[in-house]
Amino acid sequence: MIEASGTPLPWIVWVILLPLIGAMLCFLWPRQGKTLGLLTALATLLAVIALYFQLLDGGVIRYAVGGWGAPLGIALYADGLSMLMLLMSALVGVGVSLYALGYFKHSPDNPAGFWPLWLLMWTGLNGLFVAGDIFNLYVTLELLGLSAVALVALAASRDALGGAMRYLFVSLLGSLCYLIGVALLYHAYGTVDIALLGTLVERNPATHVALGLMVVAMLLKSALFPLHFWLPPAHASAPAPVSALLSALVVKASFYLLLRLWFDVFSTVSMDLGMVLGVLGAAAIVWGSVLALRQTRLKLLVAYSTVAQLGYLFLPFALLSPLAWQGGVYFVLSHALAKAAMFMAAGNILAFGGHDRIADLDRVAQRLPITMTAFCLAGVSLMGLPPSGGFIAKWLLLDAALSHDQWGWAVMMMIGGLLAAAYVFKVVGFAFTQADAPHDAQPVSPFMEWSALALAVCAILLGLNAHYPLELLAIGGPVTFVSPSP
Amino acid sequence: MSTPLLYALAGVGLCLLGLYGLIVYAHLLRKILALNIMGSGVFLILVALARRSGDSPDPVPHAMVITGIVVAVSATALALVLLVRFSAATGRNQLDDDEHSP
Repeated sequence: MIEASGTPLPWIVWVILLPLIGAMLCFLWPRQGKTLGLLTALATLLAVIALYFQLLDGGVIRYAVGGWGAPLGIALYADGLSMLMLLMSALVGVGVSLYALGYFKHSPDNPAGFWPLWLLMWTGLNGLFVAGDIFNLYVTLELLGLSAVALVALAASRDALGGAMRYLFVSLLGSLCYLIGVALLYHAYGTVDIALLGTLVERNPATHVALGLMVVAMLLKSALFPLHFWLPPAHASAPAPVSALLSALVVKASFYLLLRLWFDVFSTVSMDLGMVLGVLGAAAIVWGSVLALRQTRLKLLVAYSTVAQLGYLFLPFALLSPLAWQGGVYFVLSHALAKAAMFMAAGNILAFGGHDRIADLDRVAQRLPITMTAFCLAGVSLMGLPPSGGFIAKWLLLDAALSHDQWGWAVMMMIGGLLAAAYVFKVVGFAFTQADAPHDAQPVSPFMEWSALALAVCAILLGLNAHYPLELLAIGGPVTFVSPSP
Repeated sequence: MSTPLLYALAGVGLCLLGLYGLIVYAHLLRKILALNIMGSGVFLILVALARRSGDSPDPVPHAMVITGIVVAVSATALALVLLVRFSAATGRNQLDDDEHSP
């Protein structure tokens, strides 16, 4: 472990500071929003890469901002898990930023609001991934939630405003539950530092209530069945780049927070709850997939597919083996890339035809070949076909289930894969046929097509380089993650 | 019953009241107010629990409450702007329950 150092500020601070500065600049000079936003996105990517090399060299990084540690100061902490999340956000973030360049040229949605809010959301994300105490996690969680809600409302349609309102209520309710948990833990143990809490926590009523409240808060924010009701309206009605960000990154942030609490804070008391989360995850896979199949609108289908795919993330809580955890984290990465690509492709189709009714797709496969390729590649990863990232994730999960003779979970994963194939092929099928009522086509910016394809290709490449993320995950990870490689 | 415990229980009561209001009332302004009441309850719990043994209260929860109030004010502002936009766009002040059912 190393104390972060550097001149004049260490990289772990820059990954939060850069998007924050960029957000302020974009807010002050909205006309230059595109240039400033893109420069900030690239600079943030570079800072994340620099932090990555620092982590590879020296192991886990800790830094107390301004020399003040928790509870009054801000403690930053980065290990392999945080690093994977930072890299994932940076990759998806740069892809979506490029996409937004083309998207807001022709869209009626408000472009001036996008750049500051998106960069602010990125600040919240990066801050959450490197936060070292549970109170700063609360602050970054709120920052993330509020900017995400404002981003949904950029679409200014009736559906989007309703979706944003619902999302805001859920987000605030979740944060308040989490804050009560923080209050109880601080009262019981006198610290908010995650590492210290991990050594102090013991079985008593206060801990159990705090655990319950915090877990419910994170399930609400991660939209685990049956708390998923707010996700489809918000994700489907937002502008396309925002949908991609929400489905790829924002729901993963609360899942990451849950993992942190589970392993680093509550590791001694949390295991009883794991089976419940696993069962809910399995229910989410089936229910979300069935609802996705029943949708007639493309963006809603993709949003329900997110509900289903989030279910897989909770299976490791019941499987309880290092392999399963690696599979779960791998699933986060592959789903982020694939779902961002899929929402971007859906946005292209919507911009192209002016609607997203699946039955009237009207030969988009011939007319938007790059977009449709991106959609299919993302679909391959969602279904879990080799050689995609989704395949590796499901393989690890299946391996974990079968090696402990837990056949039920394996069957659930198989059913989920089949249903995913069904809803992806439903879209692909209509993409080749001619609609009854042909419609005018609008040009789609090459930025939008190629950025969607790039992220979809990354989702596939993730499957071909499985050992890099898994090695990174082992750096400073909780004991459970470290195991002989598969 | 000690005074801090009384305050903490009052905070729990406010939280439950807010949660009830958030779930039961359909009017969006009532929901926003209910969330604010719930927030106040949480802050009350934080401040009440700050009073540990001895006379001097622990300052850390107070610092947390101040941060929490800043967050609550911005969240309320955002919620109110959304409410104004929503009722301007739809002429209604409550969410439809079935607008997105398949």
